[in-house]
Amino acid sequence: MNIAIVQYNAGNIQSVLYALERIGVSALVTDNVEQIQKADKVIFPGVGEASTAMQYLRERKLDVVLQNLKQPVLGICLGMQLMCAHSEENDTTCLGIFDNEVKYFVPKISSIKVPQMGWNNITQLKTGLFQDIPENSYAYFVHGYYAELSKYTIATTQYIQEYSSALHRDNFYGVQFHPEKSAAIGEQILQNFLNI
Amino acid sequence: MLTKRIIPCLDIKDGRTVKGVNFEAIKDAGDPVELAALYAAQGADELVFLDITATVEKRKTLSELVNKIAHRINIPFTVGGGIKSVEDVSVLLQNGADKISINTAAFEKPTLIELIAKNFGSQCVVLAIDAKKEADGEWYVYLHGGRTKTDRLVKDWAREAVDLGVGEILLTSMNHDGTKQGFALDITSQLASTLPVPIIASGGGGNEQHFFDVFTSGQADAALAASIFHYKEIAIPDLKKYLAIKGIAIRL
Repeated sequence: MNIAIVQYNAGNIQSVLYALERIGVSALVTDNVEQIQKADKVIFPGVGEASTAMQYLRERKLDVVLQNLKQPVLGICLGMQLMCAHSEENDTTCLGIFDNEVKYFVPKISSIKVPQMGWNNITQLKTGLFQDIPENSYAYFVHGYYAELSKYTIATTQYIQEYSSALHRDNFYGVQFHPEKSAAIGEQILQNFLNI
Repeated sequence: MLTKRIIPCLDIKDGRTVKGVNFEAIKDAGDPVELAALYAAQGADELVFLDITATVEKRKTLSELVNKIAHRINIPFTVGGGIKSVEDVSVLLQNGADKISINTAAFEKPTLIELIAKNFGSQCVVLAIDAKKEADGEWYVYLHGGRTKTDRLVKDWAREAVDLGVGEILLTSMNHDGTKQGFALDITSQLASTLPVPIIASGGGGNEQHFFDVFTSGQADAALAASIFHYKEIAIPDLKKYLAIKGIAIRL
């Protein structure tokens, strides 16, 4: 199987590569349009800031490439947020694959920390991405912005309010948490994505 | 619900763990990768690797070790010790570290925090503070592994560092470290209740009750310990079960 990990100006890309190696598959980290288009599966990872990431993608025409992919695509963390319509992070127009708005967490009391950092439950799990994943499993999150609930929501998490911890439309999947850092559960979710 | 985190800390010297003892489950407790894998399998929520290697020539050993850890470990980990520049940070992150921790270098040159946060994001910047309560009842910042006293109050330095962009604070009480008499609840809760970033409490954890106390009275987001895990005085699965039964949000 040909797996492409989209390389762009965001962090944490190697971690996804290593996680795939742990489950016994190799992948290509690339920003080459042709290699991304002909891959069987595409992973769009990332830790970073939305507007600089979108600018980087647009300059290389990777935005249009990503929007038109037909094979299974998995966005992770910032990758998932960039697949939404718009982010409050520096008022950024994103790829619009999911018509969700990405909003800033506003703490209701001062003891609530933003960004959310650590392990939280994923619930109301839907689609094959979560095959054999028990309800309320823990996944590792690091994020200050969140995607609202919508018809594309396939997992929810509670932090300040309930939000989308995973999204799905057609061949596109996105997870807010880091499966590459979420212990055995995360590896199972990556394996499930490869099985789609 | 977001859980409290249990974080074992491994001290590294020349690529080997300093305090490892024998674990039946692994062949070589002096191998940080083996020990880290064991802790991850036991349910550790994150890991911290603190490099105490004295010489600059051995820094390459650290980046190679970080790369091996990143290949093997499926939970987040932080690397600290001797980080002085954006270049040092870049090498560690490129080799797969999720976060780095800075201490003395950040205190001596606070703009380093801004530079790292701007280049790599606040989420990967952990500020380590060695704190000591003096006779006047105030907590002071110490540098160089606790050898150098400063006149700066911990609460003031922590606030400034958060404003500059640190994403998390690893607070070690020198008064409590090694005593196994419990964590420093007063300064931990003071920082946790006034700062918008998570506080990792370190120093003094000796039994399960101490961890419960630091998560409740201390309001810590995470608790770090080294020797009690290395010497098997507390097993991570037992500790997490105890906390869960007592009503603490914990990943089991």
